[in-house]
Amino acid sequence: MGYKFSKDEMAKIFAKLAQDYDVFAPVVKKGDGTFSDVDVVRYDQVTSLDEIEFNKKSDYSFKEALLPINETLFYFTEDETTVPKGPEKKRLIFLRSCDIHAVKRLDQIYLDNKFEDFYYKRTREMVRFVLMGCPNTCENGFCASMGTNETNQYDLYIKVNGDNAFVDVKNDEFTETFKNGALEDVKPDFVKENKVKVTLPKNITKETMSSELFKEYGSRCINCGRCNFVCPTCTCFSMQDIFYKDNEKVGERRRVWASCQVDGYTEIAGGHGFRNDNSDRMRFKVMHKIHDFEQRFGYQMCVGCGRCDDVCPEYISYSTLINKLAKECE
Amino acid sequence: MKNEYIPQLSEIKEVIKHTDLEYTFRMAFDGEVKPGQFFEISIPKYGEAPISVSGIADGLVDFTIRRVGKVTNEVFENYVGDKLFIRGPYGNGFDIENYKGKEIVIIGGGTGVSPMRGVIQHFAANPQDAVSTTVIAGFKSPEDVLFKADFEEWSKTINVIKTVDNAPEGYEGPVGMVTKYIPDLKFKDIENAVFICVGPPIMIKFTIMEIQKLGIKDEQIWTSYERKMCCGLGKCGHCKMGDKYVCLDGPVFNYTEAKELFD
Repeated sequence: MGYKFSKDEMAKIFAKLAQDYDVFAPVVKKGDGTFSDVDVVRYDQVTSLDEIEFNKKSDYSFKEALLPINETLFYFTEDETTVPKGPEKKRLIFLRSCDIHAVKRLDQIYLDNKFEDFYYKRTREMVRFVLMGCPNTCENGFCASMGTNETNQYDLYIKVNGDNAFVDVKNDEFTETFKNGALEDVKPDFVKENKVKVTLPKNITKETMSSELFKEYGSRCINCGRCNFVCPTCTCFSMQDIFYKDNEKVGERRRVWASCQVDGYTEIAGGHGFRNDNSDRMRFKVMHKIHDFEQRFGYQMCVGCGRCDDVCPEYISYSTLINKLAKECE
Repeated sequence: MKNEYIPQLSEIKEVIKHTDLEYTFRMAFDGEVKPGQFFEISIPKYGEAPISVSGIADGLVDFTIRRVGKVTNEVFENYVGDKLFIRGPYGNGFDIENYKGKEIVIIGGGTGVSPMRGVIQHFAANPQDAVSTTVIAGFKSPEDVLFKADFEEWSKTINVIKTVDNAPEGYEGPVGMVTKYIPDLKFKDIENAVFICVGPPIMIKFTIMEIQKLGIKDEQIWTSYERKMCCGLGKCGHCKMGDKYVCLDGPVFNYTEAKELFD
């Protein structure tokens, strides 16, 4: 059901929503970017509509609102373990179409790759998604090529346009909240075409794995792992035990985001690693995104958000690499 | 729902010292376990390590641990009358049924013998379950030999070749790599042969090359992969090879599958 509000009315409704829900949305962090005096757009908890950055693409994905960068699995006190409490409030996450498609990939790994993940599941059940429209394509995104430019898998759609705000309510949980708005036919803004177009390689074979392209791109990679950390579909983590300095009998086990591009990712006890060469790591990441995941689950992993291209300090373009690979595989 | 990340405290019932670097920890555990499966073993503060099951008995499970990393070092320091945190078992393990009625050759290198020990035990105790069973186990030197008492026991009912890569002069017993003994293997019906081969990556590679020279087909060969399995649950991603997760789909793979897996 679609509704129209004035922006002021919307701000009031939002303030009330923010009391019932923990709201996570992209916000501009002034001066927190990689370089001095550069801003970064990333997810944080907000309490007012004004804080939300609707126009710029977020540099980091929504992922950290669902899957924290580091998450305590349990506390140790000598022989006892205690699991921390899960979220007490329901959660609203503002995100775009490509990212809603990414949620399906996170769910696949955390809920439906044999085991269900206790921590992910208890947070995920509390989450409602608010779609933010894309009136224009972003810089490096190629959602249209990946078929992730449109979605109907949202609970709410909210658009602020000048003095007006538009809402599409899909989940009855929110009907009461928005029922006083003027009825209006609200259709989300979806990108139809991107500047960047990607053709996925067909007929991937064993020979594809040894393509010179992986050597070329791998030689430019500095293993910083940023492409993984901004990616909405990367799910890897490492385990970490922490003990408190003031009481060494007490500590916690955490999981922390991990990157397949960073040293140590494959290293087993005794020091043997399985992908010591950068070209192997590049191949591993790319093949996971466009081949391995699809082989296992039947659909592509990459959602074409283009954040990896935005963030790479070496200007490595994943989309260009894939297009070149597609040509090689023709 | 079950929180798979929470480990259980398990009492160390017995410690068997094989070498300075390798001990078997006999731990309390109630539940179903198959040879070739693994557990995540941990000590608070030092973290978790995936360790394969090297023996199974009623209410007990064995882990043969090599002192090579942060966690395993700590296990060696702190074991006396103590407890360890364990969670598992994870992975597919070896399915004994695949080998019954066959001419079985089991080839292991070093701690690679551990995950196969349960399989060897089964056929050593029930030799009639197979047409024949041969174990070729390789260790670096006589000081590095694991499961010494087992080998004596097993050699009563099945063929055992326990070899060492290098030995001081005067050493009595086979010397040389495991691959040296493969060409001499004799079979009644080579089509009915099955091979299980576990060890360091380099050893697996050359052993399989040697096995293939006998005319053995890929589907007659089984192996188990050692990778960095942080969670054991198909989540952390570290053990992924191609479209497989070693912790879920393995660590035991038929070679038809294993040969397609890329690191």
